[in-house]
Amino acid sequence: MRGSDELKEKAMRALQKPALFGEDVNLGEFDRSFVPHAYMAQEEICRLPEKEQERLIMSGLDVTGKERDGTYFQKDTAVVHCSSLHEGIQVMPIREALERHRWVEEYYWKLVPVDQDKYTASAYLELHDGYVIRALPGSKSVYPIQACLYIDKENLQQNVHNLIIAEEGSELHVIAGCATSPRLQRGIHVGISEFFVKKGARLSFTMIHNWAEEMAVRPRSVAHVEEDGLFVNNYICLKPVRSIQMYPTTHLLGDRATAMFYSVIVGSPGSNFDIGGRIHLLRPGARAEIIQRSISNGGHIVNRGHLIGKAPEIKAHLECKGLLLKGGVIDSIPQLEGHVEGVDMSHEAAVGKVSQEEIYYLMSRGLSESEATSTIVRGFLNVDIKGLPPELKAEIDRAVAASDQDAL
Amino acid sequence: MLLIEDLQVELGGKVLLKNIHLEIRPGETHILFGPNGSGKTSLLMTIMGYPQYAVKGGRIVFNGHDITHARIDERAKMGIGMSYQRPPTISGVKTRQMIDICAKKRGDVAALARSMNFEDFLERDVNAGFSGGEIKRSELLQLMAQNPDLLLFDEPESGVDMENMALIGGTIAQILQKTPVKDKTKSIAEQRRERTKMGLIITHTGYILDYVPADKGQVLYAGSLSCSGNPREVFDCIGKFGYEECIKCAAQMS
Repeated sequence: MRGSDELKEKAMRALQKPALFGEDVNLGEFDRSFVPHAYMAQEEICRLPEKEQERLIMSGLDVTGKERDGTYFQKDTAVVHCSSLHEGIQVMPIREALERHRWVEEYYWKLVPVDQDKYTASAYLELHDGYVIRALPGSKSVYPIQACLYIDKENLQQNVHNLIIAEEGSELHVIAGCATSPRLQRGIHVGISEFFVKKGARLSFTMIHNWAEEMAVRPRSVAHVEEDGLFVNNYICLKPVRSIQMYPTTHLLGDRATAMFYSVIVGSPGSNFDIGGRIHLLRPGARAEIIQRSISNGGHIVNRGHLIGKAPEIKAHLECKGLLLKGGVIDSIPQLEGHVEGVDMSHEAAVGKVSQEEIYYLMSRGLSESEATSTIVRGFLNVDIKGLPPELKAEIDRAVAASDQDAL
Repeated sequence: MLLIEDLQVELGGKVLLKNIHLEIRPGETHILFGPNGSGKTSLLMTIMGYPQYAVKGGRIVFNGHDITHARIDERAKMGIGMSYQRPPTISGVKTRQMIDICAKKRGDVAALARSMNFEDFLERDVNAGFSGGEIKRSELLQLMAQNPDLLLFDEPESGVDMENMALIGGTIAQILQKTPVKDKTKSIAEQRRERTKMGLIITHTGYILDYVPADKGQVLYAGSLSCSGNPREVFDCIGKFGYEECIKCAAQMS
């Protein structure tokens, strides 16, 4: 099926097709050949050089694996570790899964169009690997599953494809950390992710990016959420990167299905972000929330949000707040689209600076001006994300806290 | 001691306060009356050190230090604290965190919050969606944690229901050391002599007088202090004759 003529033909035709948004990256400049790396046991991950471990930890990876129910670790093009400690949750490399299990084909390239742009086309035609994480019906993860996509080889184009499936009534939490080796400068990451949240299932997916200054990143993700399902999609990127463009999209297909997108971005000089979020509310009782927080220290940030209400009794809200600390641009583009009577949709967008009144208030409690400013900025980044287990919440807080020095 | 001498203050080029003389000794609490827009809040903000209130003349001396041009945080560290009427919301900063900031990590935040019946608000963003009474309790908690020597209260009773008024009024009296207790080692007179706290309270309604035995009442009218005396007497006088009579008194004083 992976050789499906139709998909292949579509992909071939889209190989030169630029994306709708973001800088057009010339993929011809990158190396896509396979890079061999030896498989590692969990203990060996703990023995990686300290600087590399630091990069992994900053991306939410627990190198000991103790606080995780499973681990997928891909270095460049090779799977170096893959395990599940929870019998109700399958974690597999996607190439292996496609060969061994027929059911995987029912999900592969079913949501993301292979000819969306040259990045999806390239990921289809020259797939390296990626992961399949599937929570069996009714299973509940105690700890999150962690998936790490690491780039070590200079000038690599890393093509990955991920399938995340939460079967009926299951609860699954995934931390997906992406990072580059400390000395890496240039590369491109193309990641296709397809999410399936079945009836009554709860899935949280937290992506923490930790790239290099000359990295381009093109994630492409689409989710389907069935009746009473919940999909929480978090995105955190606080480190410099040359260019990230993505527009994750979710279709709420069942009654009372819910999607929540949260993103926290810090844009330093030379960084370009074009981060969108689109949620289609297609059935009565569906709920959607998109919350975006960005800080620019001189970077260029575009925040797009698009809510589409096509059924009565839906409720959707978009909140986009930006702080300009040291120059740069924050471009906030919220869009609401109501197609039937009885939709309840709203948005709130603000771009500004740290409020002087708030600084003085904190100073009158004994903080210096710079302490007051950093308290306000930290608060700004501290988004209350609903539907997360405390361990994951702590992980996110840690990532934000570790990086707030850079934000200032 | 707080000593204000011949203070003149401008905001955006407009004179807000002039010829202000004020002296608050340790153990004393003063009440500030005055109609809307008379400059009461401006006086508190000037004492706290808000830089937009430009001091054009006179000086402010606190515990022997000239603080006329000191920064807000310097004044806070020297022991000046303020309870705001409408404090800003800081999103993502929890009430617990604010109290921690005030307490500099000493003291038991949970116990303090219990005493003000405010435990349920500790994990909420500070002032976010708080009612009038909740803001006052949050402000008081922060001041209790901060434990300053000079406490400035901007209308502590505004928006507070009767039930909470007793709690807030009683707490203010307590932190201003106006509620002596029976103590085997110290007589009431000794306790009074050893008081260190100073208070300056703005009130419109006068309700606070029912809870805090204040030492002196003053009326601020059109940017000047025009009347000084027993707080209850001053308040009753305003009730009877209105602030219009202040014009006469002010004219006589100058």
